[in-house]
Amino acid sequence: MDMPSPNPIILSKKAELVSRLSDALESGAVIHDEHETRAYECDALTAYKCPPLCVVLPSTTEEVAAVLKVCHELDVPVVPRGSGTSLAGGALPTADSVILGTARMNDVLETNYDDRYIRVQTGRTNLSVTGAVEEHDFFYAPDPSSQLACAIAGNIAMNSGGAHCLKYGVTTNNLLGVKMVMMDGTITEIGGAHLDAAGYDLLGLICGSEGQLGVVTEATLRILRKPEGARPVLMGFDSNEVAGACVSDIIKAGVLPVAIEFMDRPVIRATEAFAGAGYPDCEALLIVEVEGSEAEIDEQLGLILQIARKHNPVELRESTSAEESARIWLGRKSAFGAMGQINDYMCLDGTIPVSSLPMVLRRIGELSEKYGLDVGNVFHAGDGNMHPLILFDANKEGDLELCEAMGADILRLCVEAGGCLTGEHGVGIEKRDLMVAQFTPEDLEIQMKVKDVFDPKWLLNPAKVFPLASSETRRAA
Amino acid sequence: MKMINPASEAQLAEAVRDAKGPLKVIGGGTRPIGAPVTGEALTTRGLSGITLYEPGALTIVALSGTPLEEVEAALAKENQRLPFEPADYRGVFGTEGTPTIGGVVAANISGPRRIQAGACRDSLIGVRFVDGSGQALKNGGRVMKNVTGYDLVKLLAGSYGTLGVISEVSFKLLPGIAASATLTLKGQTVAEAVATLSKALGSPFEVSGAAYRNGDTFLRIEGFADSVAYRTEQLSNLLGGDIEVESDKEAVAGLWTAIGALDGFGTEGQDIWRISVKPSDAPSLIEALPASDTLIDWGGGLIWAACAPGTDLRAKAPEISGHRTLFRASDETKQKLGAFHPEPAPIVALNEGLRSKFDPRSILNPGLMG
Repeated sequence: MDMPSPNPIILSKKAELVSRLSDALESGAVIHDEHETRAYECDALTAYKCPPLCVVLPSTTEEVAAVLKVCHELDVPVVPRGSGTSLAGGALPTADSVILGTARMNDVLETNYDDRYIRVQTGRTNLSVTGAVEEHDFFYAPDPSSQLACAIAGNIAMNSGGAHCLKYGVTTNNLLGVKMVMMDGTITEIGGAHLDAAGYDLLGLICGSEGQLGVVTEATLRILRKPEGARPVLMGFDSNEVAGACVSDIIKAGVLPVAIEFMDRPVIRATEAFAGAGYPDCEALLIVEVEGSEAEIDEQLGLILQIARKHNPVELRESTSAEESARIWLGRKSAFGAMGQINDYMCLDGTIPVSSLPMVLRRIGELSEKYGLDVGNVFHAGDGNMHPLILFDANKEGDLELCEAMGADILRLCVEAGGCLTGEHGVGIEKRDLMVAQFTPEDLEIQMKVKDVFDPKWLLNPAKVFPLASSETRRAA
Repeated sequence: MKMINPASEAQLAEAVRDAKGPLKVIGGGTRPIGAPVTGEALTTRGLSGITLYEPGALTIVALSGTPLEEVEAALAKENQRLPFEPADYRGVFGTEGTPTIGGVVAANISGPRRIQAGACRDSLIGVRFVDGSGQALKNGGRVMKNVTGYDLVKLLAGSYGTLGVISEVSFKLLPGIAASATLTLKGQTVAEAVATLSKALGSPFEVSGAAYRNGDTFLRIEGFADSVAYRTEQLSNLLGGDIEVESDKEAVAGLWTAIGALDGFGTEGQDIWRISVKPSDAPSLIEALPASDTLIDWGGGLIWAACAPGTDLRAKAPEISGHRTLFRASDETKQKLGAFHPEPAPIVALNEGLRSKFDPRSILNPGLMG
């Protein structure tokens, strides 16, 4: 993966930059020592690393505005960073950039249970948003796997999803308003505690723009009352095709589970070895969860089990207690860790129409043979959001490149099947150069024109989202 | 009336490219929202038909001029539906013609279920459109989860044809409704009603409609039969007092369609305002409005107000945040007061910037959104 070479003029301005940033912030909020900036050299896409010029950790919206104003005047690129959990390299610095971290901005500003929203500073972690309202039996719905660590700032930048978004939607469906700082330091508010936009839906445009249009410092989020209960059922099948057909039949039957998770044999075996959740040894496994009162759950699961039985499952296990539910989820939740025990892995997140599931899984199997790299599949089957995990050895020369080439083939396959490159992780640097597989030059151009409007100097989160060749003239301007 | 009526996206692109002056872009022409536009009429009506429908994937794709009722009929056959319950405004506007699916998107039309299932923009997963230079473009696609590139899908929803002429739309769907019930609490004041709606929406019983009119507070429950019965009982216990329950499916549907469509709301010649606020602000705002009739939807978050022509409702209790759209009024009043709520300077600059990129010649419904 190429990154543009750093601009020597900017590198030469480091002393002036650090001095001006230090004047604008409280002491200790600017990190410029080369040993210390190393902590920010990468996000969760650890294959790529580059220490930034310096790091700032502002505490308020006004401080963010001051930082951006300085960087705007000095033409210094800024990489906004939440908790650095991006799997797509969304927070990867360039050597000539300032990392703007939201870590010190984690206050709850307002909770309102009558109107069902919470207003937070965006450095707050996803799970601690729910933590702030759960004593009133409320929760914040989007639940990315990294929710213990990931920040709302990053969730908004990437429009993060999670296992339960089949019912509750992703970040953009749960975001009511933002306070945002433009690259030139202008502070603006979009949306609020009300439900819809006055004019253009700029909130919808900001969400998922990967930190390239502005820095979101505060967010008003919709909170929901917790359901009375939830219960999963585990189903084992002797082929991916049959499991895929079962998913489709459940959806067609008119039940809407909160989650339908799919794991294939390599992942089942890995998680059994790692976590010992007691999964059956079979080709494909589904975890289907429904919510409601006990009786409502019984009714929905009854229908789901009836459908599953028609597909000759090798195992059907309905949870009868909280412990059993936890055991059913245990393997799924430790799947990434389990695969990581075997080897290094690259996690993709292309999305496909659910109907193409069997075909895409078969083709991924063929690619696995062709490249000689093992693949495990674990994903949100209800919405077609796949997570193929390609195993490789980072210490073996050429293995990373081989893995990336295979990943690119899988993502092109997702697009061919009528899907997209990324369902919830974002483009970042990882899928940047594949954008041409999904979009025409004109489709990309209109998106880049949007950035022209919000960030005319192209300083925010450079070299992400758009293929380097497509964005070159703008970045060089 | 003579109209440009392209039969394909290519023809649409050509028509926009060849336009010598402003275009008045319409779908079925049933929702004259926004400032009046002078220009040659261009309709998307000729772009009609469902391009792809996969019930097992809960997704549908249709050309923008497809009649809404055709989409809804196809979905009903498979016991599925558009989640956001688009409202029909022919009654309130006194318009004829056929609402199109593209028109629904262009105006981001969402009915009472918006409170639970999201707005039109939340179910919209892909658009194809022709920008003001006559380029055919796409964004999003036909899968439910997609964060590939910027989300222009949301931007196009509710842009009233001013950023591009929508040629095709994709939606995610929901399963049909097996059973439903309406709970009615009679004789409540606005303040009592909003408190009731908030309490119900803050319960775990999945209320899918929360409205108030003329002293009656309405709540809707939907789902499997046993579940609806259970939640109706639980909700009744939670709210207390005298509650009427209607569980005939047709009757429930009829009431909520009427609420969404503003049936019988306001009198002829009155202006109608559409006001978006946080629910707990609704009582004090309604108190301050010189309106002869009000209707509350979305648990208090959406207020419809009917008043004498030319009244500026934005001047009343301006400290209450949210926005107020002059929904139905004479052209003269719309021009005087502005149809859409004025936005702060930085937002205006962004809006104008976007418009200059998407429609550099300023020919797509110029002036409609101010």
